[in-house]
Amino acid sequence: MTLDNLKKGQTAVVIAVNAGKELKNRFSSFGLVKGAYVYTEEYSLAKKTMEIRINKTRIAIRSSEAEKVEVV
Amino acid sequence: MSVIKVALVGQPNVGKSALINSVGNARLRVGNFSGVTVKKEVVRFTRDDYDFEITDLPGSYSLTDYTIEERVTKHYLDDNDYDLILNVVDSTNIERNLYLTTELLSLNKKVVVALNMTDEAVKEGVHIDENQLGKILGVSCVKTSAVEKTGIDELIQTLIKTYNLRENRFHLQFSEVYEQEICHIVSFLEEKKVQCKISLKALAIKLLREDKDTYLRFHEEPVWIELQTIVNEAYKHLYLHYDTKDLDDIFNDEKLALTKGAVIETVQFDKQEKQTFTDKIDSLLMHQFVGLPIFLFMMWGLFQLTFEVGSIPMDWIDAFFALLIDATKSFLGDTELASVIADGAIAGVGAVVLFLPNIIILFLGIALLETTGYMSRVAFLLDGFFHKFGLHGKSFIPLVSGFGCSVPAYMAARTLKNDRDRLLTLFIIGFMSCGARLPIYVLFVGAFFAEHHAGNLLFLIYITGALLGIIAAKVLKMTAFKGDDEPFVMEMPKYRLPSFKLIWHTVSGQAMMYLKKAGTFILLASVLVWFASNYPKLPEIEQQYQVKIEQADNERAISALNNELAQYKLEHSYLGIIGHASEPFFAPLGYDWRMAIALETGLAAKEVVVATLGVLYGLGEEQDEESSGLIEKIRANISLPAGISFIVFVMIYLPCLAASMVFMREAGSWKYLAYLFVFTTATAWSLSFIAFNTAQLFT
Repeated sequence: MTLDNLKKGQTAVVIAVNAGKELKNRFSSFGLVKGAYVYTEEYSLAKKTMEIRINKTRIAIRSSEAEKVEVV
Repeated sequence: MSVIKVALVGQPNVGKSALINSVGNARLRVGNFSGVTVKKEVVRFTRDDYDFEITDLPGSYSLTDYTIEERVTKHYLDDNDYDLILNVVDSTNIERNLYLTTELLSLNKKVVVALNMTDEAVKEGVHIDENQLGKILGVSCVKTSAVEKTGIDELIQTLIKTYNLRENRFHLQFSEVYEQEICHIVSFLEEKKVQCKISLKALAIKLLREDKDTYLRFHEEPVWIELQTIVNEAYKHLYLHYDTKDLDDIFNDEKLALTKGAVIETVQFDKQEKQTFTDKIDSLLMHQFVGLPIFLFMMWGLFQLTFEVGSIPMDWIDAFFALLIDATKSFLGDTELASVIADGAIAGVGAVVLFLPNIIILFLGIALLETTGYMSRVAFLLDGFFHKFGLHGKSFIPLVSGFGCSVPAYMAARTLKNDRDRLLTLFIIGFMSCGARLPIYVLFVGAFFAEHHAGNLLFLIYITGALLGIIAAKVLKMTAFKGDDEPFVMEMPKYRLPSFKLIWHTVSGQAMMYLKKAGTFILLASVLVWFASNYPKLPEIEQQYQVKIEQADNERAISALNNELAQYKLEHSYLGIIGHASEPFFAPLGYDWRMAIALETGLAAKEVVVATLGVLYGLGEEQDEESSGLIEKIRANISLPAGISFIVFVMIYLPCLAASMVFMREAGSWKYLAYLFVFTTATAWSLSFIAFNTAQLFT
């Protein structure tokens, strides 16, 4: 399952990040790495963008980027 | 006295600029979103016989080339000469912040860590053992709070102490496997006596991370042949151990392990409430359905306030300047000097100062948006919508700054990584009506519409401008700026109540800038406009009229003749000649030559438009004592359709000279400025034409 499939309020663990080098670096500086717990905070209208939380960091990402993050 | 050069580095939004403001009594711009500081700024001050030179670098999540700002930081740290790095860390989110710290430590420079936002951390139940953390990282850590100004002196003492340390030992300990590979490379470099600005260990780490610049440097050197095999060998070992061929992944793993270890050993977290303050507010403001309407309502409220509250002191200011003009004239008599001071300088500057209350309210609104952390939320809410039009959610931040002034807005666009997205955003920033255009709107709306509609109309003007900008973005995206989208990954900062002092600094600074501009640039422009509208002198015509006036038998005829003369003189002045020459271009839009001139002078600065109108409609109306205020003069001289069409033109055409120069610099070529000029003028003309003709149908 990928991150964008989560429902609002669900928590999951990241098992893989299938992004290019740059995006992956950015993700890891936010703590979005293999083994991290991700909590879905909010979706925008039409579910185009989502807000997630990792530890204390809240980040907004597009569903198209969330697709690149595999979670269980 | 020795100079200590400090590079101030930290992740975005950890309070770097705020800290430097309280350390060095500087006045750098502070906000609550990532990307407030977009270029490096230097602050200098003296303490205890040391000259400090602190360079505030743009916030970076890590030392990569991801955005322009991060490139600025990385290149500064790699190439410039500085004595030590001051790493500012958000104590409430220490683990993520230490991620950058480990990267900085890998550079092998002297580092001091400021554990900032200590006050918030204490409130949130985060307790950091700074001495233990310092031991683990091998650097000094100081707890600070930029807001409460604690730990500032200690920080300065630590900076001085660290500066005076003789040699800097590389303290960071990676995992055993990684250390072993570093060790191999270092001992080889030592044998070969390789000279390097940075320490050999730092160099070895760069090699292990496949750092491009390092490779380019070594590529040409003979030592490369042997070095290559050694590095290759190291790669093989790492690949095997980490079960991946991605060296970035491996190094990131190392960094994460380090920070995690450090946090576990030195930080204690008290039990947290389930829902934080930010959670509670966000569940409303970021709500899927009500989030956006709330945002629109707040914007509407801001414009209502801008007009309603702003109009109260406006009447006083207007009356004051009208009085001042009359007083000047009666004091100096009917001379050229009186005219240049009263009709030129005072009328022009007065017309601009008139709108100071509106400007202050608007800037207050924008300052609140910037400092509370709401701005990033709106970027989130709007990203889906923006994306449809080829824009990026992050574009929202420069666009909102554009409501204040286009100059910082163009610079704020640097947060966009992708050049195409950035150019696109730069092109449409002008559609967001800047603060300097507000006076024109307030003037025209006030002249033509009832007061209780004015706030709504103002809101409508801004929204329409913004929507036009978004449509323009779509058109440009489909034609000029085709290409892939940039990923949208953006941090949502915590909500913070800005201090009264911070808001005061920001708003008063901007208000002072506005007044300063009125007192210098606008003053000069007003005098120029006055001169161009009073010369050349036409003594023959004046004599002809003088004769006629003497012959006239009643008051009325004299007054009519005087008016006629003033009108004739104005139309045959330099300004009149230019205005008449460009009149055909503007005639289809319903403008007379005075409005045409006002628009042309507006290319220098938008405030000049009202100043010009003030001078032009002030002259030639000298006989009419009743209509003293500028608003009434506009109402008397301009028709409603022409007024609407004028507003539309102002909404869209090129921002001021200063903004155009910044645009050119940010876009990277004068050619883009030429495009922008053609694009905005053509759009402005067409839409004003439509607006004028539509309005005429209804009147």
